[in-house]
Amino acid sequence: MKRIISVLMENAPGALSRIVGVFSQRGYNVDSLCVAATDDKSLSRLTITTQADDKVIEQITKQVNKLIDVLKVTDLTDGNHVERELMLIKVATRSELVRAEVNRNVDIFRAQIIDVDLNNYTIQVTGTSDKLDAFANVLSQSTEIIEASRTGICGLARGDKALRP
Amino acid sequence: MEMMSGAAMVVRTLKDLGVKHVFGYPGGAVLDIYDALYAQEDVEHILVRHEQGAAHMADGYARSTGTTGTVLVTSGPGATNTLTGIATAYMDSIPMVVLSGQVPSMHIGEDAFQETDMVGCSRPVVKHSFLVKRAVDIPEAIAKAYYIANTGRPGPVVVDLPKDIVNVLEEHPYQFPEDVTMRSYNPTLKGHSKQIKKAAKVLLEAKRPILYVGGGAIAAEASELVTELAERLNLPVTSTLMGLGAFSGVHAQSLGMLGMHGTLESNKAMHNADCILALGARFDDRVTNNVEKFCPHATIIHVDIDPASISKTIAVHVPVVGSVEQVTKQLLDQIGKIDSEKQKAKLLDWWDQIKQWRGRDCLNYKKADNVIKPQEVIQSVYKHTQGDAYVSSDVGQHQMFAALYYPFAKPRRWINSGGLGTMGFGLPAAMGVQMAHPEATSVVITGDGSIQMNIQELSTCLQYKLPIKIISLNNRALGMVRQWQDMNYKSRYSSSYMDSMPDFVKLAEAYGHIGIRVDHPDELDAAMERCFAEKERLVFMDIQIDQNEHVYPMQIKFGAMDDMRLSKTERT
Repeated sequence: MKRIISVLMENAPGALSRIVGVFSQRGYNVDSLCVAATDDKSLSRLTITTQADDKVIEQITKQVNKLIDVLKVTDLTDGNHVERELMLIKVATRSELVRAEVNRNVDIFRAQIIDVDLNNYTIQVTGTSDKLDAFANVLSQSTEIIEASRTGICGLARGDKALRP
Repeated sequence: MEMMSGAAMVVRTLKDLGVKHVFGYPGGAVLDIYDALYAQEDVEHILVRHEQGAAHMADGYARSTGTTGTVLVTSGPGATNTLTGIATAYMDSIPMVVLSGQVPSMHIGEDAFQETDMVGCSRPVVKHSFLVKRAVDIPEAIAKAYYIANTGRPGPVVVDLPKDIVNVLEEHPYQFPEDVTMRSYNPTLKGHSKQIKKAAKVLLEAKRPILYVGGGAIAAEASELVTELAERLNLPVTSTLMGLGAFSGVHAQSLGMLGMHGTLESNKAMHNADCILALGARFDDRVTNNVEKFCPHATIIHVDIDPASISKTIAVHVPVVGSVEQVTKQLLDQIGKIDSEKQKAKLLDWWDQIKQWRGRDCLNYKKADNVIKPQEVIQSVYKHTQGDAYVSSDVGQHQMFAALYYPFAKPRRWINSGGLGTMGFGLPAAMGVQMAHPEATSVVITGDGSIQMNIQELSTCLQYKLPIKIISLNNRALGMVRQWQDMNYKSRYSSSYMDSMPDFVKLAEAYGHIGIRVDHPDELDAAMERCFAEKERLVFMDIQIDQNEHVYPMQIKFGAMDDMRLSKTERT
C-alpha cells in the first residue's frame, strides 16, 4: 500500500542522509523523496513515498522519529490530506499535427508549455501522481517523450493539522 | 572570555564535563589534541595498541560505571578501526563518545592522506554524529555528544574534528555551553498513566506472570525498584543476556537467563505464562526463537525507553514508553500495598509448576576424571572471586558458560557483547573495567579464538599495570562454530579448528605477565587460587578443556521458546 510520510527535521548537514540511511539499512523502499527548507530556514520538510504494510510503516515512522535531527513524523495517508507532484516533460513536436494534439492535451490536463524549441515542447504539469502518469501516457500515444523529470510527491494534511516544531 | 586553541578546547570541554579517562591512539590529524593533553593532568589518556581496543575499553568502562566512555583516535584508519567497537556499543545501548580526527576542512573530499568519511562510515552504528566546522563550536558539539550518548536510550556518538579547527596556533574564545537541550530530542522517561493503570491491572490479575528483565533495567539504574516490584508481586524473574545482574541471580525468585541458551525453567515459564512484564528487554531473536510460536498464552506488557523497540518483532498488548526506573516506580505506586499472603496463594500453583521445571536441574553436567569441563572452570572462578568480580566475556561457548554458571548478584558486573557478538571484546573491556575500578577484581572469560582477536592489548595492560585475570577456556577450536557444525553440518569442521595455537604461557610472559597452563581437573583449584592471589599482576590462565563439550540447554531452531535440547541426547 502506498504511504506518504512527512518529516519535519533540522535543516542540518547530514540530516537527509540519516533519513535515507534508515530506509536502506532496514530494507524499506523509497518510491519518491521531496525535500526543501521550510518558511523557517532552520527546518526542512521532507516527504517520502513508500510501499509498506501497517507493521512496517509503524517501524519506519518510529525509526525515523528516533533520529536526533527529526522533530516530527506523520503518515499523511492516515488522514485527509492534499498531495501534489510536479513533472517537467519534453516531447518531440516535429509536425503541425503533433503540435495540435499536444496542445489539446495540455489544455485538457491544465498543463503549461514552458519552453518551445524548433523540434520540441517542454511542458509543466502538476497534480496527483496518477494524473501525471495519465498525462505522460496520453502524450506517448501521439508523440515521442524525450525526457521527463518528476519532483516526487509533496503533501500536507487538510484542516488544522500541521507539522510544526 | 578565555582564549584558547581548538585543541585546548577539546581537552578543556572534556574536563568541564568531568571526563577522567580517554582511551586512544595518536596520529597526524589529532597531534594538536595530543599536545593539549600533554599540558594538563585532569584527563588521563590511556594509550592502547589498536583503536578497536580503545573503543572496547571505553565500552567496558561505561558498562561497569554507567558513565560515558571516551575514545580519541586519528583520521582514516584510526577512525575506521573503532567501527566494530562503536557497533558493539550501539547494539547494546552503551554510552560512548568517539572523538575522531579528520583531515583539514579544505582537504575534505579530496581523498587526502588518511581521509575517511567517518560520519558517513559510522552512520548506521551511531546514535548521532557531528562534523565540527568551526573551533568555537567545539565545546557545544562535545557537550551535546555526551548529553545524547547518555540520555534516553544510550548509545555511541561520533564527533569528527578536522585538523585545521584544532590548530594549536590559533586561539578562540572558549565558552562551556550551559544548556545542551535540543528541540528535536526529548526522550520520554515517564510512562503514560493510562498505560500504567492497564499494566498494573494485567499484572494483578495474572495467575502465571513472569518478569522478563533486560539491559534497559541496568541502563536506567533500576535494579532496586525491579527487585521491589518482583518481591511485592512474588514474580518469577528471568533475565536476558544483557540484563544479568539487574535482578540478583542468586535471589530465590530468579530463574536465570532465558532464550537460545536459557535455562529450562526460564523458557518453560515464559512459554506457559499468562502475563509477561518485559522491562527494558527487546524480544531479540536470540530470546524468542520462532516468533510465530512465541508465548501463545501471554498478555505482554512491554516497557521500553525506545518506542521503536516496541512491537518490532513481537506485537505487544500493553506498550509503555518510558525508562525502566520511572515506569517501575509508577507501577509500584499504582499497585500500592497488597496482601502478600493472598498474592502468594494466588501464584502457588504457578510456583509449584516452576519448581518442577527447576527440578530437572538443566545446568547439571558430568565432570570427568581426566579432562576439565568448561562449566567447572566458571564455577571455580565464582568460588575464588566469591561471586563478586567484574566478569567481562568474549564471544562463544565460554560466554554462554559464564552467563549460565556465574550468577550475578549485582548490576554492571557482567560485561559482554550481547547484540553484536564481538569476539575480541573481552580483554579490552576488562581493561576499561579495571581503569574505572582499580581495586576490584576484573576477570575476562575468553577462549583461544577470541583472545587472539585483541591480544595486543596485553602490552597496554603492562604499561598501566592492570592486574586482570584472564581465564582462557582453551579447547583448541572455535567452540561455538564447532558445536553448530556438530549439530547441523555432520561434524564437518570447516575452519573451526586451529592447529597452530601459540604457547599462551610464553606469550603472556613475553608481554611481561604471568602465564599458567592447567591441563588436569585436579590442578584447577590450586591454579585458580594462585591466579587470584596475584593482586598486582596480570595472570593468563590457559586452561585446556574438553573439546567436545556443547553448551546446553539450547533452543531448537524454528521451535517455540521451550523447545530445547538439554544435552546431546535429551530434548524437551
